[in-house]
Amino acid sequence: MSDEINKGLQSAFRRKLLMGMAAIPALTMLPRPSFAQAPATSAINTTGLAVTDTEVTVGILHSATGTMAISETGSIEAEKLAIEQINAAGGVLGRKIKFIQEDGASDWPTFAEKAKKLLVNDKVAAIMGCWTSASRKAVLPVVEQYNGMLYYPTFYEGLEQSKNVIYTGQEATQQILAGLNWIAKEKGAKSFFFVGSDYIWPRTSNKIARKHVENVLKGKVVGEEYYPLGNTQFNSVINKIKLTKPDVIFTDVVGGSNVAFYKQLKAAGIDLSKQALLTISVTEDEIDGIGGENIAGAYACMKYFESLDNPNNKAFVPAFQKMWGAKTVIGDVTQAAYLGPWLWKLTVEKAGSFDVDKIATASPGVEFKGAPEGYVRIHENHHLWSKTRVGRAKLDGQFELIYETADLVEPDPFPKGYQ
Amino acid sequence: MTDNRFVNRSELIGILLLAVFLVVILPLCLDVFRLNLVAKYLTYAFVALGLVICWGYGGILSLGQGVFFGLGGYCMAMFLKLEASSVENTKIQSTPGIPDFMDWNQITSLPLFWKPFHSLSFTIAAVILVPGIFALIIGAAMFKRRVGGTYFAIITQAVAAILTILIVGQQGYTGGINGMTDLRTLKGWDIRPDHAKIVLYFFEVGCLFVCIFIAQFIRHSKLGRILVAMRDKEDRVRFSGYSVANFKIFAFCVAAIFAAIGGAMFALNVGFMSPSFVGIVPSIEMVIYTAVGGRLSILGAVYGTLLVNFAKTSLSESFPELWLFGLGGLFIAVVLAFPNGLAGIWGDYVHPRIDRLINSSKPKSGDGWTDSSVADGAPAE
Amino acid sequence: MFGDYSIGDLGSIFVMQGFAGLILFSVYVLMALGLAIIFGQMGVINMAHGEFMILGAYVTWMTSNLFQSYLPGLFGGYFFLAMILAFFASGALGMLVEWALIRHLYKRPLDTLLATWGLSLILQQAYRSIFGAREVGVELPQWMLGSLRVTESIEVPINGAFVMALTLLITMAVAYIMYKSRWGRQVRAVVQNRIMAGAVGINTEKVDRYTFGLGCGIAGVAGSAFTMIGSTGPTSGQLYIVDTFLVVVFGGAASLIGTIASAFSISQTQSTLEFFMSGSMAKVLTLLAVVGILMLRPQGLFALKVRK
Repeated sequence: MSDEINKGLQSAFRRKLLMGMAAIPALTMLPRPSFAQAPATSAINTTGLAVTDTEVTVGILHSATGTMAISETGSIEAEKLAIEQINAAGGVLGRKIKFIQEDGASDWPTFAEKAKKLLVNDKVAAIMGCWTSASRKAVLPVVEQYNGMLYYPTFYEGLEQSKNVIYTGQEATQQILAGLNWIAKEKGAKSFFFVGSDYIWPRTSNKIARKHVENVLKGKVVGEEYYPLGNTQFNSVINKIKLTKPDVIFTDVVGGSNVAFYKQLKAAGIDLSKQALLTISVTEDEIDGIGGENIAGAYACMKYFESLDNPNNKAFVPAFQKMWGAKTVIGDVTQAAYLGPWLWKLTVEKAGSFDVDKIATASPGVEFKGAPEGYVRIHENHHLWSKTRVGRAKLDGQFELIYETADLVEPDPFPKGYQ
Repeated sequence: MTDNRFVNRSELIGILLLAVFLVVILPLCLDVFRLNLVAKYLTYAFVALGLVICWGYGGILSLGQGVFFGLGGYCMAMFLKLEASSVENTKIQSTPGIPDFMDWNQITSLPLFWKPFHSLSFTIAAVILVPGIFALIIGAAMFKRRVGGTYFAIITQAVAAILTILIVGQQGYTGGINGMTDLRTLKGWDIRPDHAKIVLYFFEVGCLFVCIFIAQFIRHSKLGRILVAMRDKEDRVRFSGYSVANFKIFAFCVAAIFAAIGGAMFALNVGFMSPSFVGIVPSIEMVIYTAVGGRLSILGAVYGTLLVNFAKTSLSESFPELWLFGLGGLFIAVVLAFPNGLAGIWGDYVHPRIDRLINSSKPKSGDGWTDSSVADGAPAE
Repeated sequence: MFGDYSIGDLGSIFVMQGFAGLILFSVYVLMALGLAIIFGQMGVINMAHGEFMILGAYVTWMTSNLFQSYLPGLFGGYFFLAMILAFFASGALGMLVEWALIRHLYKRPLDTLLATWGLSLILQQAYRSIFGAREVGVELPQWMLGSLRVTESIEVPINGAFVMALTLLITMAVAYIMYKSRWGRQVRAVVQNRIMAGAVGINTEKVDRYTFGLGCGIAGVAGSAFTMIGSTGPTSGQLYIVDTFLVVVFGGAASLIGTIASAFSISQTQSTLEFFMSGSMAKVLTLLAVVGILMLRPQGLFALKVRK
């Protein structure tokens, strides 16, 4: 790490030197980097970010250790892939992207601390990072205070909007409503049973889902249960499900609890090919641990599945697996993390500057046609317009696409009528 | 040990050295960012200091100090959060004037137990009293019935688990797993900019020294000697007519209050508080700070905390995988090879040599910041 | 809340809920048994107990992979071999740890607590480096999946029944070893009076080592069994520690009956409460009740007359 800092210092020094040289015409005969196609650093970086004539530094901030490492590894891999691809395609404004990776260690103050280090010491031009809501909430005041740019990949509960954050995952209404509409229509579902892990994302998501079920679909929520994170015993709730016989089980259980939940569901004789189950928390990553045979038949509702059949995804999946191993699966969040560096690049090029303020203003309307999920566009509220899809889990751990919204769904982090 | 002053000459030198290190050297050498990190580390030093009293001297190993750290921190954070949630700051909410997480959880008025936290003086009292009384209850229940050793450790651990689940589960009142974030001002004074961080750092160091002096006082008073006697031969102390339980309760409460002050400092310096400091894992990590510093050494606790945290930050930056091996190895090493931690190494190896180097004629003047009772190896439990 | 359901529904739900409680009971007994033996014998709280369980789970996972690749025909029976392997793997590691670490610390139980915590961190990172940070999915043989239909509405999960049978078997085996075998008598002699036991010619060091190995081996089997109902990842072991410790402490040290009684009361309380409130609150109330009772009766439900 001290290496990185040294490089940073050196480049800062070189930058000053170069700017000084530009002021003295007599010295221009000295060798200097080619400015042929790339605009001058001083013009596109007015706030002292780590941008040189050849390089621009961004930060990657995820947990490589601790309990969240399981989930965040995919995001790190996707971001590195995107950066490599961007560099191979010529970089951003003629500059190669260099990244500094920091470990949040599944610990929220560490996230805040490292974010501050990236912004204050390393002067990174953008941060790709965070996974849990808690880490984002910890980092948010830091990026706002030091005026950084954060690209946040996870689908999350909404209720947030910041000039300094681009949310590349879906917020709750975007993810949930289309799925509920579909299952209500397709399965004629009227009664729903909610099971979630006990923290903010499942609770907020279920709140939105409940309002939608009761007010829009005119259905009934017959049960709503929460278990502590990491809980491994679900027999009681499974009994309640059997007792209430809901049309749909709607789940947002996270992490290791998922494995226990689906194994016990299967063991209790609930056959997911007959009992409809809609989850918003199980991606291909989770199925790896759950085992395809335990969850086959369940519906998942999100914006991306590895099995999507479109040209972008056909290129993305092999590239990812070439870089990280043929067995690596790609879940929704991994794909959203891949969007981060690309969206940032496109925004920088649109703004013609690395300055955070200009990027924040230029972001709305930026579209990325090469997204593996198809096509995304940044909304005025810094979330993405994206399609919502429903997939059915198969034995091999992949999802089969069942339904997708005809149009892009508008992100609405502060949904009226759902609060 | 007939000296009844609460600090003898060599200890005074140790304290002065620490003061110079924290007040002069670190602020001069480090930029504000690193200094703020040190401030964060030092909040744990309060906990470690408390553990010296309760574990090192009292022989009571609490694996639930995170509970008190958390209680203190949450009290402070509640005050700061209320100030950050003024009506004009929160006008986009459906109920302005309450913390944002309450609004997200359909709570439409401030819960009763939050109301007193509008007052700073109440908050300061609560930071000390809430954990103090809680420790008193636990301590009284346990020690009066002569529960000790591993049983006590396990029960404190369970308390930590309960409190974590409760905080996470009652998110409308506590902010849930996200904790209380985005704390901004203290009585209108912005705690986020650099100069505020520097002021807070010095304030924290001041508080730390107050706690160090209190610990010194306890150790050199008759009370401290009874604690040591109790740790080594509990029954004899009991037969001599002392109420062993009351002394233990006292030591435990002091440790809890120190931890709570640390928690409050954490909320001020770091700007948020979350249940991830309450649980079992952080609680046990806090014990290692004390163990590394030397469980009998008051100043060692501070150095131990700083050292482990520096190592954590730098190792986890460059070799995240090695860090857990390192931390695990540290636990084992400090137990097997260096039961008296840094202070033991200093007292056994470094200090005598320095003494010999400086002047071989004068008689040995004491043993720096170690305690003389360390000399004969590991303390019995 | 019962208004909408028929008497028959309610009856079967009570049966099922009771069964859920029994499964939880078996899980607790399996988790706590190994720890109780170690704690009872040496007064050592092994904080790395969860990691020994996870070692068993990883062994099971590797065995299932081996069978899938080389002996697909015998896949249905791999689980039994996996459990035996898990027992020996965890037991061997346990004996190694006892030799390298624990035996130096018998006089300092609190220090053992810290040292084994350090060990648990090292093991977690080792699992992460070897098996990867992601959870692994252990594929079960077909016959273990699904449930037995007893009546129209009462269904018994096969893996739950399997865990219960296994618990019964292991408990009986442990009881036999501890109370009937020659070695068990030696163990109990050492517990009651270490010096005297040594004086009459019992090799106390060896007894300690094998006891520790046995406790860890049982943890390995428990871990192997838990692949049927839970997750297997580097940090999964930590999920179990608090519950396990409370079961042991609540039961009273050195008491097999105590451990079983405590596992039974805690599991039944929790699964009954879970039916009436959310899982989180049920957990909090159960833990609170246990801590509360321990404050009133610190020696646990059943205890030898030992005071510190």
